[in-house]
Amino acid sequence: MVATTETINQVKTTTDKYKYGFSTNIEVDKAPKGLNEDIIRFISQKKEEPKWMLDWRLEAFKKWKRMEKPNWAKVSFPDIDFQDIYYYAAPKAKKKLNSLDEVDPELLKTYEKLGIPLNEQKMLAGVAVDAVFDSVSVATTFREKLSEVGVIFCPISEAIKNHPDLVKKYIGSVVPVTDNYYTALNSAVFTDGSFVYIPKGVKCPMELSTYFRINEKNTGQFERTLIVVEDEGYVSYLEGCTAPQRDENQLHAAVVELVAMNNSQIKYSTVQNWYPGDEQGKGGIYNFVTKRGKCLGENSKISWTQVETGSSITWKYPSCILMGDNSIGEFYSVAITNNAQQADTGTKMIHIGKNTKSTIISKGISAGKSQNTYRGQVQIQKGAYNARNFTQCDSLLIGDTCSAHTVPYINQHVSNAKVEHEATTSKISEDQLFYCMQRGLDTEQATSMIVNGFCKEVMKELPMEFAVEAQKLIGISLEGSVG
Amino acid sequence: MPILEIKNAELSIDNKKILKGLSLNVNEGETHAIMGPNGSGKSTLSYMLAGRDGYELDNGNITFDNIDLTPLSPDERSNLGLFLAFQYPVELPGVSSTNFLREIFNSRKKYLGENELSHLDFIKHLRKVAENLSIKDEMLKRYVNFGFSGGEKKRFEILQMALLNPKISVLDETDSGLDVDALKIVSEGVNNLKDKKNAVIVITHYQRLLDYIKPDIVHIMSDGKIIKSGDADLALYVEKNGYSEILNEKS
Repeated sequence: MVATTETINQVKTTTDKYKYGFSTNIEVDKAPKGLNEDIIRFISQKKEEPKWMLDWRLEAFKKWKRMEKPNWAKVSFPDIDFQDIYYYAAPKAKKKLNSLDEVDPELLKTYEKLGIPLNEQKMLAGVAVDAVFDSVSVATTFREKLSEVGVIFCPISEAIKNHPDLVKKYIGSVVPVTDNYYTALNSAVFTDGSFVYIPKGVKCPMELSTYFRINEKNTGQFERTLIVVEDEGYVSYLEGCTAPQRDENQLHAAVVELVAMNNSQIKYSTVQNWYPGDEQGKGGIYNFVTKRGKCLGENSKISWTQVETGSSITWKYPSCILMGDNSIGEFYSVAITNNAQQADTGTKMIHIGKNTKSTIISKGISAGKSQNTYRGQVQIQKGAYNARNFTQCDSLLIGDTCSAHTVPYINQHVSNAKVEHEATTSKISEDQLFYCMQRGLDTEQATSMIVNGFCKEVMKELPMEFAVEAQKLIGISLEGSVG
Repeated sequence: MPILEIKNAELSIDNKKILKGLSLNVNEGETHAIMGPNGSGKSTLSYMLAGRDGYELDNGNITFDNIDLTPLSPDERSNLGLFLAFQYPVELPGVSSTNFLREIFNSRKKYLGENELSHLDFIKHLRKVAENLSIKDEMLKRYVNFGFSGGEKKRFEILQMALLNPKISVLDETDSGLDVDALKIVSEGVNNLKDKKNAVIVITHYQRLLDYIKPDIVHIMSDGKIIKSGDADLALYVEKNGYSEILNEKS
């Protein structure tokens, strides 16, 4: 489905527009390149992990070796050589950190530059941050304040040591090790990520946020996030991601698991801005991520909101398993691709409990020579009486060399369930552009305004502080796409 | 002082000549009306002035405040102070009217080197201007032109005109689709903005708008040219006798 307009012709470079493309010069601890049992033992040892964790990893590695790479997604890229990647890179710590004041100033500067000040006094009020740099968490803010109400927010490597029962109980319970090729790989080699635990009846008093940064060359980032919210609990969590501008591709294969108990709610928002590669498609991050939430309790609710502007390839389907009766799953997504970017993203809503409801709003925007695919599955299993789903997929094309695809799968095994699917494809019309420009807005302002309007339903789901940032990001990602 | 000078404008679309040597001078403080039958090139003239893609001149030239307009993009022309009230205003789904208005208002302020208004100050200013055009808050909360009635769309155009305070405004068939009450509100809005320093070009089919917006000069356009100019009485004459007599006169 390609629309043409004469006015939209040339796609300019956007590489100079990626303002997070710098790298930090810092001494690192690295494991040797490649992947084998020794590397896994090395990682586990570095993290001072208990034996059960190491065994879990080794088991995952064994299974991974027998698995095949998935090839069903509408993306193409050269074969990844898994022996040519570093699986562990960490800034060399001079000694054990006791407080933020002891974090390497070079690192603090890096995050400052990224707009994420880790100094608590300077922080946005009401947001606690866990900063993950390559393979380790370098700082987590507001931990004491959170622990006063019983909220645990810490690097997962610490949780494995300090809260082993919780981690043991839930890790792999939503995304099984062998769910897919990359989850098995992640389970074997994951290095850090965030752990959140909200006890019964607690509404987390501030937004929690993790900021992922890939810095080292040839290094894969394999993070693992686990969020568990007990009965009547609530948390809003946001993740942001950036990486330096490099000519080679880098792999980011994360696993995120969410567990929501009775009457609890998890709101998970992502602003993904990994380096997308240059206008020819050279370099950039391969973002192969498995995110899934389980509404285990009755009346529980999980909402995924994502704004995906970066990565050379995105392969990501944040999903909800709606087990508890009356549970609710939501997926709000904006995926923007420009130049040679490829995105295959969407969601899965698995209805198991009675009266479960899900809503999917997906907005795909393609420019340049990019490919943007929505792939979604709605499954109404036996017993999911009265389940409801509403899906709306809208695609917006900018220019005539990009493409958008919508691939919905619907499996319905209950007669009184209701599944609705709407899809539209449109393009930014010349009329709209001309109208805005006649009022004095330049092409980029006009495009950004129209696109932001197109994404409105999703943007309004983002927490305030990040919605503004995301709006700007959309403008930046599309700079030069309308000539 | 001339604001706008069009000399011998020739323009074709899809190899078909639409404007065939059109000339027009508009001075500060003047209101011009351009009338003519369907297909005479009136809307083409307005797009050409605003710099729409595909409406570039084959021949002739246009100057605005002694600046050559031809190489300038639509936004640059807008910034200079040229405003076009669209015959068919375009819908922008998802774009809140208030945000849109603030964006265009501040972008004009920025161009003029004046202070941009904060959100709150802008809202106060906007309320005042909107009230004069009987535009309610509720309408400003909706998306730009989205689901607006014909009358609302036209009032929204004049609201933008009032906020941008242009030097020259081209009103392209602003009367079409308006009932008498709406016509009055829109015309009053235009008249209130009129001063000795700016100018208005009213493009219309019918004389009735000119009962409310009094033109100093009336032009009759036909087949891509202005074939006759006169004072307000010319419009009344057309109203009574139709275009055919003037057209025949010419041929």
